[in-house]
Amino acid sequence: MATIAAVIASTHHPFYYRASTSTGADRPPFADEWVAKITSFRETLTRANPDVLVLVGSDHFHQLWLDNMPQFLVGKAPFYDANWYNEEREFGLPKMFFKGAEDLSAHVLRSGLDAGFDLAFSNELRIDHSVTCPMITLRPECDLPIVPIYTNIFAPPLPQPKRYVQLGQAIREIVASWPENLRVAIIGTGHLSLELGGPRQFGPHGPDPEFDRKAVDWIASGDIEKALGEVSLESLWEPGNATHGFLDFMLMMGVAGAGEKADYVDTLDLFHTMEAYFTWYPKGGQA
Amino acid sequence: MSKYLLNKFLYTVDRDPELVERYREDPKGTVEWWEAERANVILNVLTGEKSSWLKLDDVEREALATHDYPKLFELGAHPFLTLTLFIAMFERDHAEPLGFQLEYARRLGHFELPYPDIST
Repeated sequence: MATIAAVIASTHHPFYYRASTSTGADRPPFADEWVAKITSFRETLTRANPDVLVLVGSDHFHQLWLDNMPQFLVGKAPFYDANWYNEEREFGLPKMFFKGAEDLSAHVLRSGLDAGFDLAFSNELRIDHSVTCPMITLRPECDLPIVPIYTNIFAPPLPQPKRYVQLGQAIREIVASWPENLRVAIIGTGHLSLELGGPRQFGPHGPDPEFDRKAVDWIASGDIEKALGEVSLESLWEPGNATHGFLDFMLMMGVAGAGEKADYVDTLDLFHTMEAYFTWYPKGGQA
Repeated sequence: MSKYLLNKFLYTVDRDPELVERYREDPKGTVEWWEAERANVILNVLTGEKSSWLKLDDVEREALATHDYPKLFELGAHPFLTLTLFIAMFERDHAEPLGFQLEYARRLGHFELPYPDIST
């Protein structure tokens, strides 16, 4: 059976690549601290010695569009190209390429469907920065096969928050039941409070530091009950109009498990939004 | 009112480098051409089976034709689509980093919660 080598939840900040690679006058003042934090975070994955990566993210109206919008979609392809013209244009992200773990994709789809999740699938998926950002920060070699899983956190109507948690719990069980003797890291990215295209965007901090503080506490302590008690599809508009990205953090809390404290927690207060990094080493999984 | 069609305009222009420039230089002409030629195109269909019913209303058409992004926000266009396309068109006109993004926020400063509904 597969081993869950690590569970990792992170923000995905498309500006990291440019900030970390810029030099001289172009290098922002926060870049060095950011790179130091990412380097430390990266070590938490390296240490887990994974063979395969499951990557949870959200398409930002690239391949998935309102004429045909899945709520949860699993990539099942031998390869994935990555990043899109408008991400290169706005964020300077490079074109990327990944090998797919197609047999694990098939297992996730079959087991997920049998567990009551009517998962959509894609046999040709060009993935975007919700998946490539954690590869850039955590595994820049891009040398491991992946299973991308997309959630809709973007185009209402969305599933209820508890559904993201339940899917996370199911993914954990499904990956653990994969009959291959391989080490799998499950990595998911979302947002804390965030405003995009609204009056609170690009402020000196995230739009709602109080929400961010509570959210980091929920994640770090694995307090799914409290998160579900305070978060609803309606309430998530208040901390910022793109804060529904927090639902992917809730999914990752489901993967990590109720009451499971994160083994590694770090944050970075940036302009526009707070960065947050969490790693869990499930029992029996640590390298 | 068609939030979906506003979004379809923003989405299809944003992903086409030539259309981004055309919309920047000639917003009114681009919107008129797009509504006549592209509004009813189903995106992955190449053989002429189109929709027959999609049409902007006068307020929507005017908002797009005048680059009026505060109005697009008020009409419930998806803020991510509007922001991404307008950064592509106008960030270059601002010398300061994030100059356009901060102006954008200021111009939306009169909106309070709850924001306009973006459901489609």
